[in-house]
Amino acid sequence: MRWTRLNYLGFLGAFIWLVIVVVPLYSMVSSTLQTRAEYLDNGPLHPPTDPTFDSYRNVLEGDFPRYLLNTLIVTVSCALIVVVLAATVSYVIVRNRSRLSQRTFQLFLIGLAIPAQAVIIPVYWIITQMQLYDTLLAIILPTAAFSLPVSVLILVGTMRDIDEEMYESMALDGASPTRMLLQLVVPVSRAGISTAAIFSALNAWNGFLFPLILTQSPETRVLTLGLYDFVGEFRVDVPSLLAAVVLSIVPIFTAYLFARRQLISGLMGVGGK
Amino acid sequence: MKETPSVTPRAGRPGLAWAIPGVLFFAFFALVPLVMVVYLSFTDWDGLSDPQWTGFDNWSRMFEDDGMGNAIWLSLVLTVLTWVFQTPITLLLGVWAAGRQRHRAVMSAIFFLPLLASSVALALLWRTLFDPNLGLAADIAEWFDLDSADLLGTDRGAFAAILFVTGWQFVPLHMLIYQGGARQIPRSLYDAASIDGAGTVRQFFSITLPQLRNTIVTSTVLMVVGALTYFDTVLILTRGGPGDSTAIVPYLMYETGFQTFDLGYASAVATALVVVATATSLLLVRLTGFSRMRSTREGL
Repeated sequence: MRWTRLNYLGFLGAFIWLVIVVVPLYSMVSSTLQTRAEYLDNGPLHPPTDPTFDSYRNVLEGDFPRYLLNTLIVTVSCALIVVVLAATVSYVIVRNRSRLSQRTFQLFLIGLAIPAQAVIIPVYWIITQMQLYDTLLAIILPTAAFSLPVSVLILVGTMRDIDEEMYESMALDGASPTRMLLQLVVPVSRAGISTAAIFSALNAWNGFLFPLILTQSPETRVLTLGLYDFVGEFRVDVPSLLAAVVLSIVPIFTAYLFARRQLISGLMGVGGK
Repeated sequence: MKETPSVTPRAGRPGLAWAIPGVLFFAFFALVPLVMVVYLSFTDWDGLSDPQWTGFDNWSRMFEDDGMGNAIWLSLVLTVLTWVFQTPITLLLGVWAAGRQRHRAVMSAIFFLPLLASSVALALLWRTLFDPNLGLAADIAEWFDLDSADLLGTDRGAFAAILFVTGWQFVPLHMLIYQGGARQIPRSLYDAASIDGAGTVRQFFSITLPQLRNTIVTSTVLMVVGALTYFDTVLILTRGGPGDSTAIVPYLMYETGFQTFDLGYASAVATALVVVATATSLLLVRLTGFSRMRSTREGL
């Protein structure tokens, strides 16, 4: 392609954006390695002269581990619920060719457009009626529900690619729908299933609105809400505040290193052709 | 479709019952609440006692409420500016990143990082960077010899900060969407154009842009709905302030609903938000012919 050779302007633009992305991230990490006094003296761009992990120790000795555990519980539960429900729904949408199954697909497509803020007040009402207010389930259930549409979209896309003949040969063997799901659909759509799992996990890990409205006590606090609280606690201790921010991101960054391709191809697919 | 003779067409096909758990679960936490929020908008409710039916009170109050007028205006401006700034940046970055050289892959991977972190984490990072005394803002103000570095303390500064931080976070998402779209443009179009002597700029405007039509619609819809529902960033960065200069609709809803516990009125605000967001995306999709799924490969 000619334009790749000529696209110096594109490179320049991308380089500028790289600086805009990297400088704040660098500043964040370098601040956390300084003492409070050093940070106050040097400002956010100065590299640490004598790196210390005190801020991290500070955060980890507080309530952070409990918030982390709560977040892990919420994240794993959401991913599990979403994968199981999205897989069965998508299986029906792709294989049960009735009008109703197509309506089901449209329902989830419409669901894509519902913002969580729009329904937070009724969800609050439902959760209090179910006596779930201030429990981890109060976060898990709505968070999982709101991850379903994207996951169904991803899984329907993957399952549609399964060859009709593979179903036919299994049907000849007298396989039941359950066996087809477990022995054909799930193994063949592994890529889609992991993308859906990653999305719902990312969503749950970063979720803020549902925890903010549906929980209250320190026992049910998740990371995002905990971070929000640290603003008060570490008002004058910027390195510790930023260390908490870094610690909340590290697990996601690590997972990203392993699942990069999966996640990016999933996101690119969202754009359509 | 071909059927194998010995197998009935429906053999081995899952019944609709398989979909019931997923559909019910989704309906219970997303669709039913959508209907309920409309109902609640006609009530007076403090979150504890039962909602009291008040008819159109909340709605007529909303049309006379200056706070709501201000919030809608701010949301509109934020949405338009988000689109105006993010679209050219993400379109160009995405098309650029659709190439295949090594440094592109590495740079794209780094671009992606802000998208992984929560809005809360990023808003906290930027809050410290915008700190007028200690943050990056202080340094920059010094370099440019500005009087005040208190960006978040001024109406326009705080608004610009929201625009910037949300952009910083979501540019990679839209960049990826454009990257995916650009990768699907058949290379033969560019080859043909090169043979005809069309230069880079010409190729961009005559091939890349028209071919990305549907991608632009998708990205625009996501941007509009995204900007109409920014909340975490506003809550942490500015709390709607200074004054009410960044109190966009979702923030106003939160404040009315969960700080003053006027949940009936907040439901009316939420309903208005849904109506505006849905109407805008439908309008965009209709206007651009996206719903007809016209092929972008016409003329091939």
